[in-house]
Amino acid sequence: MSDTDITSKDMDGMGPGGTKVGLARVLGPAHIWGLGVGIVLVGEYMGWNFAVGKGGAYAALLACWFAGILYSCVAMIDSEVTSTVAAAGGQYTQAKHIVGPLMAFNVGLYLVFAYTMLEAANAITFGFLIDTVAGMTGHEGLDQRPFIVLAIMFLAWLNYRGVLATLTFSLIITAVAFSAIIILFLSTAVFMGDSPLRHAQLMTDLPYGWLGILAAMHFGLWYYLGIEGTCQAAEEVRSPARSLPFGTLAGIMTLLIAATLTWYVCVGLMPWEYLGQAGVPLFDAARLSGSMTLMILLGIGTMFATLASANGCINDASRAWFAMGRDHYLPEWFGAVHPKFRTPYRSIIFLIPIALIFALGAPLDQVITFSILSGLLGYTFMPLNVILFRRKWPLDTIKRGYEHPFHPIPAILLLCLCGVTFFAVFLGYGSQLVAMISFYIIVSLWFHFWRYRFVRRAAQFTMPWPRPRGY
Amino acid sequence: MADYTPPTQSKFGQIIDVIVLLVLAIGALYLPLWLNLAGSSQTSNVSENPTWESLGQNATMIEKWNQLGYAEAADAAELITARFDYSFSILSLLVMIVVVVGYYALILRFSEKEYGDVIAEKFGKK
Repeated sequence: MSDTDITSKDMDGMGPGGTKVGLARVLGPAHIWGLGVGIVLVGEYMGWNFAVGKGGAYAALLACWFAGILYSCVAMIDSEVTSTVAAAGGQYTQAKHIVGPLMAFNVGLYLVFAYTMLEAANAITFGFLIDTVAGMTGHEGLDQRPFIVLAIMFLAWLNYRGVLATLTFSLIITAVAFSAIIILFLSTAVFMGDSPLRHAQLMTDLPYGWLGILAAMHFGLWYYLGIEGTCQAAEEVRSPARSLPFGTLAGIMTLLIAATLTWYVCVGLMPWEYLGQAGVPLFDAARLSGSMTLMILLGIGTMFATLASANGCINDASRAWFAMGRDHYLPEWFGAVHPKFRTPYRSIIFLIPIALIFALGAPLDQVITFSILSGLLGYTFMPLNVILFRRKWPLDTIKRGYEHPFHPIPAILLLCLCGVTFFAVFLGYGSQLVAMISFYIIVSLWFHFWRYRFVRRAAQFTMPWPRPRGY
Repeated sequence: MADYTPPTQSKFGQIIDVIVLLVLAIGALYLPLWLNLAGSSQTSNVSENPTWESLGQNATMIEKWNQLGYAEAADAAELITARFDYSFSILSLLVMIVVVVGYYALILRFSEKEYGDVIAEKFGKK
């Protein structure tokens, strides 16, 4: 056994003696759960239902479970690597130490774009919900844009002011939004004497056959997209080796339950053709339940879920951007920490206009697809990452906070499911897929042949690890 | 071997790098939208004077459509008949596979070369 103990309380991700940069270590496991579930729970409130549109109700359920397997693999793999790479930037920092600088640069961009697009999607949904409620109360034609701008600006301000307040806020509103789903399920399926659920009358055969199940995997990812964001907080957690695996794995279990309940209630309350194109399906489900209390509760739940998600996205995207600036992969100006609030404030501010451009100018399904594609590229990196990690640092060379079982089966399974999802995206959204990968190819060439000259070589390797095997 | 010392980038150079990255990102993401290539090929096939029956809706479905604010079949016909077109050519599928696999091959190859330099400088040449 090496004397390199990553789980030591005296040694963190930046090396012996503590971090040089000084993000505040104030978070516990509940905050990690709140960050992961908070980002993702909005997926049950909107977006997942486009899977119904792509393949029908049963296809969406199968996609939900297959995507659940995909994310369980992601959570297991991520927990092992993150429990040893406790530094801001999450998968970006992992890639930097395990695969190489160019891969790390790409992973950093996946994270930034996945979260920034998700933030934009949340803001669009927030504006849509306000508009829907205004319409129901007789105020037709409300301008959604001020609400979209206000939501993003408020959350960015909160992030600027400090991570503890930000993630405590997320934790509370996430708990309310999750409770709303449970209450909707219990009310409609258990407690209402004459249940409004009509599965037998509303469920139909697969409208696109088996191909629809494959196609539905595209939006099936939306049930869970972003759970891997928990490791972005690695440098701000009091005990990363314990809190990160616990928070992430508890989060994926929470989401599996919430996703299945959401599907069950929604397909029992509305025709699949409507559900497949609905903007706020859980709110619609509450409307159809006939209960004003549930409608108000799910309206609040939708609002809280979008805010919690956008909040977490700003947190995660800014950490990834900050980490790249700190390593000079991006201009070093972004690698600054606020002297008083100890947040990556320049990165937080810089990403606001990008989110606004997409929130105010692109359709929701396109924004979601952009987010999913960046996430998918990141998930495809993960199996490669963990296979190389185990090869370069076998179990007896570095002490892990968590060791995922059955290696390499989860990695191979994850790679196969990513392949299926690429095909699902190709069915209907192939042009975006090619455009986005073309972008990553061009920026990779830009990084390798231009930007990398400004990066110190050995300084990128900050973990207190032994020399990797084979080098 | 002496450690690599990177050149110092000017403020102007840093700003240019950020602008390049932003233009590439926003351009790549918006290009499909501008060229009308984005999104699914979902089309509706609405017949003249559609009825709930001709749209294949049963009594429960009709009740739900009404609750959702669609009083007449014609109002909901476009939603009900909207379908994706999943037909594709083998050539376009092959192009996608080549693009995805080629992309990962490219970054793994370049990363490996860069990584070798990092390890050599960090731990010294073997």
